[in-house]
Amino acid sequence: MSFWNDPLKVAADWLEGLLTGWGLDAVFAHVLVAFLGVFLLIALLMVLDIFLVWIERKVVARFQDRVGPNRVGPFGLIQPFADIIKLIIKEDTTPGGADKVVYNLAPILSMMSVLILWAVVPLAPVMLGVDLNVGVLFLIAAGAIGTLSIIMAGWSSNNKFAMIGAFRQVAVMVSFEIPMLTMLMIPTIYAGSMSMNTIIQAQDPIPFFILSPLGALIFLIAAIAELGRAPFDLAEGESELVSGFNIEYSGMKFGMFYAGELLHAFTFGGFWMILFFGGYRFFGLEQVSPFLAILILIIKAMIGYWVIMWVKYTMMRIRIDQMLGFNWKFLTPLAFALLLVTALMNALLAGAPTWLYVLGMLLANVVTGWVALEIARSVTRKERMQVEGVKNPVEAHH
Amino acid sequence: MTAQQIIFMIVAAYTIGSGLMVVTTRNLVHAALWLVSTLFGVAVAYALLNANFIAVVQVVVYIGAIAILFIFAVMLTRKDMRDSGPQMNKNWWAGALVAVLVFAGLAFLLSGWSGFRNIAAELPAEFDAIGLLGEALTSPEAFVLPFEVASVLLLAALVGAVYVAFNPRSDKK
Amino acid sequence: MVPLSWYLMFAAALFSIGLFGVLTRRNAIAILLGVELMLNAVNINLVAFWRYSDVMAMAGQVFAVIVFAVAAAEVSVGLALVISVYRRRNTVVADELDMLKW
Repeated sequence: MSFWNDPLKVAADWLEGLLTGWGLDAVFAHVLVAFLGVFLLIALLMVLDIFLVWIERKVVARFQDRVGPNRVGPFGLIQPFADIIKLIIKEDTTPGGADKVVYNLAPILSMMSVLILWAVVPLAPVMLGVDLNVGVLFLIAAGAIGTLSIIMAGWSSNNKFAMIGAFRQVAVMVSFEIPMLTMLMIPTIYAGSMSMNTIIQAQDPIPFFILSPLGALIFLIAAIAELGRAPFDLAEGESELVSGFNIEYSGMKFGMFYAGELLHAFTFGGFWMILFFGGYRFFGLEQVSPFLAILILIIKAMIGYWVIMWVKYTMMRIRIDQMLGFNWKFLTPLAFALLLVTALMNALLAGAPTWLYVLGMLLANVVTGWVALEIARSVTRKERMQVEGVKNPVEAHH
Repeated sequence: MTAQQIIFMIVAAYTIGSGLMVVTTRNLVHAALWLVSTLFGVAVAYALLNANFIAVVQVVVYIGAIAILFIFAVMLTRKDMRDSGPQMNKNWWAGALVAVLVFAGLAFLLSGWSGFRNIAAELPAEFDAIGLLGEALTSPEAFVLPFEVASVLLLAALVGAVYVAFNPRSDKK
Repeated sequence: MVPLSWYLMFAAALFSIGLFGVLTRRNAIAILLGVELMLNAVNINLVAFWRYSDVMAMAGQVFAVIVFAVAAAEVSVGLALVISVYRRRNTVVADELDMLKW
């Protein structure tokens, strides 16, 4: 085992040997090295986060036919650092009547809910925080902390706009958690395990998006809602709620919400890739070196992040009733139906050859999606006839 | 004391402290947030007991759903956000007495039990608690009936909650 | 290793705290908070008994899962009742809900 095959373990062993050589207790040295690893990961993520600001601004500029930041440094690369300095030296205000402890705790929890997600992300076959056997449920558990941070921020700000934003966001997050959790069960069925690493290993010949394209799509929609990004950004709703739950935050506290949101989007892009597109695997390249595997994962996560941005900057915001109606009347039943169909097909095709299994799953997905769309179409047509039929009889004849 | 015992002590002290704050804080939103903190402590206790699945479900169900529901309910049932009047009834000393007596009684009963000082056996190698739990919840020889009854109970509660909390007046425009 | 007694005492303490909350709080929601503490204490006991007896028998964890379901049902119906009562009587203080007493 050399450094290039398993760098994390070699480095940790070397450091532990060094520390015990200094006369430290073995257990203590182990804990210390583990903490060091956590700090290293968080530091790297925060550095990445800084560049995510630049990437997001550049990409949105391209979508809107602009150039984006280009003044500070080459291609505006230094711009995010300038932004951070600005955020840090801004006045740190606390509104009167705010609940101080809760108010200050909320941004920390918001950031934390994103960072702890990386505990279960397998960066490479041999590099991961913990291979929890409940890895996919951990995703939802971390989301629960995020929900909590938003309601804390909204309530403690003592501001009605913040409160409305928080209520909206929490309603959205709690309800979209259901299709998301259901869709997390689909890779679990295919892989037979909830551990992230096993799920990636199980996508050896065929990534799961071929088996379940509909599942990947529903997961992406639920993830975007969970992130609170357009078209589901009613919590912020700049034009109606001015900024939603984080309206009263200034300086670096706002910066934590902002950075947390960007990193959250990137992380969910990564999870989308891990669950449905094979994570760090890319035609066997990941076996060459763990560093290459990390690079593949980051590139894939960037692609997922780009898709999320693409949706954000091309869709308009929808109303809260439309959004909850869409979830409860369409997405959740569809997710349940898909889970049932997938489990049934998985049991039926248990002994079938691979090509038949893949084809059967794909067909089942396509048929489920088509039936759902047909039902939705006929229902919405009936609704539209009821509203428009009387008002506009000429239209009905067509 | 071993490291495990120290960790347990810290977790237990933290959880019980948070629990005390839940029942004594005047501000109800704070009480709900302290409940979240208590639930976290309990989740860590589950993790210490090697019950990973239960620990994560604790966070998902209790913190993600139940605690949020409590915070919503507290906010929906107050005209203003301040707490006025005493939060405890005038018989609080009797309540405290009963609680202490229950604790003493439980401690007395448990200390007389032969298995009280049991030490946990080592987990078998390659122990798959989730697989076992899944089989136990779905196999007809084990607990499939209680599990299904629990799901029916949840559905009934859902329908009942919607029916009870539904405000017919708000529907008339 | 941590002996079973520690977990049982921990759970008993949490249960008593919850009981204190249920008995003394005036606000109906705070009473439900106390009930949650008690349910959690029971769950700790169930999981601890699972861990300290035969780990291959999953009854303890299964019952913990069912307690989760029951707790969710209890909270949803309980809070719906509280909100409904608040709408009619404009109070959630348990002492003031005394229409049956006349």
